[in-house]
Amino acid sequence: MILYDYVLSASCYKVRLMAALLDIPITLKAVNFHPEKQHKSPEMLRLNAAGTLPVLVDGDVILVQSADMLRHLVTPKNAGWLGDNPAQTEKWLDFASRLNASLGMARLHDVLMFDADIDQVRCDGVAQLRQLEEWLTEQRFDGMTFLTGAAPTIADIACFPNAALAEDGGVSLDPYPSIRLWMRAIRSLPGFIEMPGIHRLHELSPAPARPE
Amino acid sequence: MTAGIADHWYPVAMCSGISSPRDTRLLGQEITIGREGEQFWVRDVHGKTLPAIARYGHLWTSPGQPNRDLFSIPEAEAPGRRLVDCGAVRVKCSPLRAVENFLDIAHFPFVHTDILGAEPYTEVSRYEVQIREEVDEVWATKVKFFQPQAARSAAGGITTEYMYRVAAPTSAVLYKTCPPRPGEWDIITLFVQPLTEELCDVWPWMALYDDTSPLAELVSFQQMIFMQDRSILESQIPRKLPLDPGMEAPTQADLTSVAYRRWLKRIGFTYGAQVVAA
Repeated sequence: MILYDYVLSASCYKVRLMAALLDIPITLKAVNFHPEKQHKSPEMLRLNAAGTLPVLVDGDVILVQSADMLRHLVTPKNAGWLGDNPAQTEKWLDFASRLNASLGMARLHDVLMFDADIDQVRCDGVAQLRQLEEWLTEQRFDGMTFLTGAAPTIADIACFPNAALAEDGGVSLDPYPSIRLWMRAIRSLPGFIEMPGIHRLHELSPAPARPE
Repeated sequence: MTAGIADHWYPVAMCSGISSPRDTRLLGQEITIGREGEQFWVRDVHGKTLPAIARYGHLWTSPGQPNRDLFSIPEAEAPGRRLVDCGAVRVKCSPLRAVENFLDIAHFPFVHTDILGAEPYTEVSRYEVQIREEVDEVWATKVKFFQPQAARSAAGGITTEYMYRVAAPTSAVLYKTCPPRPGEWDIITLFVQPLTEELCDVWPWMALYDDTSPLAELVSFQQMIFMQDRSILESQIPRKLPLDPGMEAPTQADLTSVAYRRWLKRIGFTYGAQVVAA
């Protein structure tokens, strides 16, 4: 499986993270999204006419939507990652794409100088974070750590990156304790990998041994 | 703004990224940049032409009267090096804090974990720092650090040797052990464009001996490293870099930073700096 990847992309990270959590090897092909706009190059447009990243190629299958890639990575052996309630999972996958349009765009604006109506996208992002906070708080009252139940699903992986990177786009996560606990739960999952701006949980590692 | 600040050279764009004229900011002032054929130009808000130099992949200008040429990096001109434009990353921090972070080694194991450093190898051994009066630059030499993956071209951990050079108030050059060519230095620079005192565009640029890594991977590696720093830079307090001792307690590992701040104070460079009255 080949993932056409950009190291700073939240959507590419969803796929890298999902593959790491499922322990599925993928080959990463770096695309010079910034500053070269290589995702709009003729070679990349042949793979994905929409000119977006990520692109996942698995034999004859070419996927260009990150939600499809997450579904594709889940095998019958790991079917729990699809969740017990498909409608709930779909709802949060849809929510993830709205986070990408709000917080994701605010981040591209603030970090890579993309054109955006920054006040609008931040405002949308805050409204969505409040919604997410409320839901995760309700879930915790019911003894559930994740979006659709006690165990993580592709919906959590889809929503996590843009929420966790909100501060890159100038949106604070300070007011959302339930979101922060949820992010901590995701960062504690076996096989978790980081991306720039999302750090691993150093404090959960064993205390470092003294050097020889 | 004092002459001491306006008279320096600043990066304002990547040369390959300039096609049609566009506006940007420098030291809080609007400027316009553009090109005619191979010639680049920069104008201030009144339409006055500012000096322009295209060098090291970037366009440089000065709103004042620079009394010397833009610094040179002779090693970067050597044949066989790959010159890598990395593009800008915008950071809500003092331009001086961006440079200072670039000069710091102690954060590697904690911010660039398993790449530029790893626990338990956190010790920064003694190194040498000088303010070189003859060139008016800050240099740190004999810096050594254990790194799990020092560069895109490194396979496995190595003890990397570094030299740091502050060549202008907002531009620093790093000379670093070159994994495929022992005896040569890889060159990684941090060119910082001060938009305001608390906002900057950071233009990393590299001149490397690496014939095998795809360009996109070299750029990704550098952007990954810099983005790991960004959230730290944006949360540093005070927002401006304190030039006077007292606000922070430096340790042995901070010698370069101490020299950088001392040098900024000596040359009167206070843009993005916090100057506490004695």
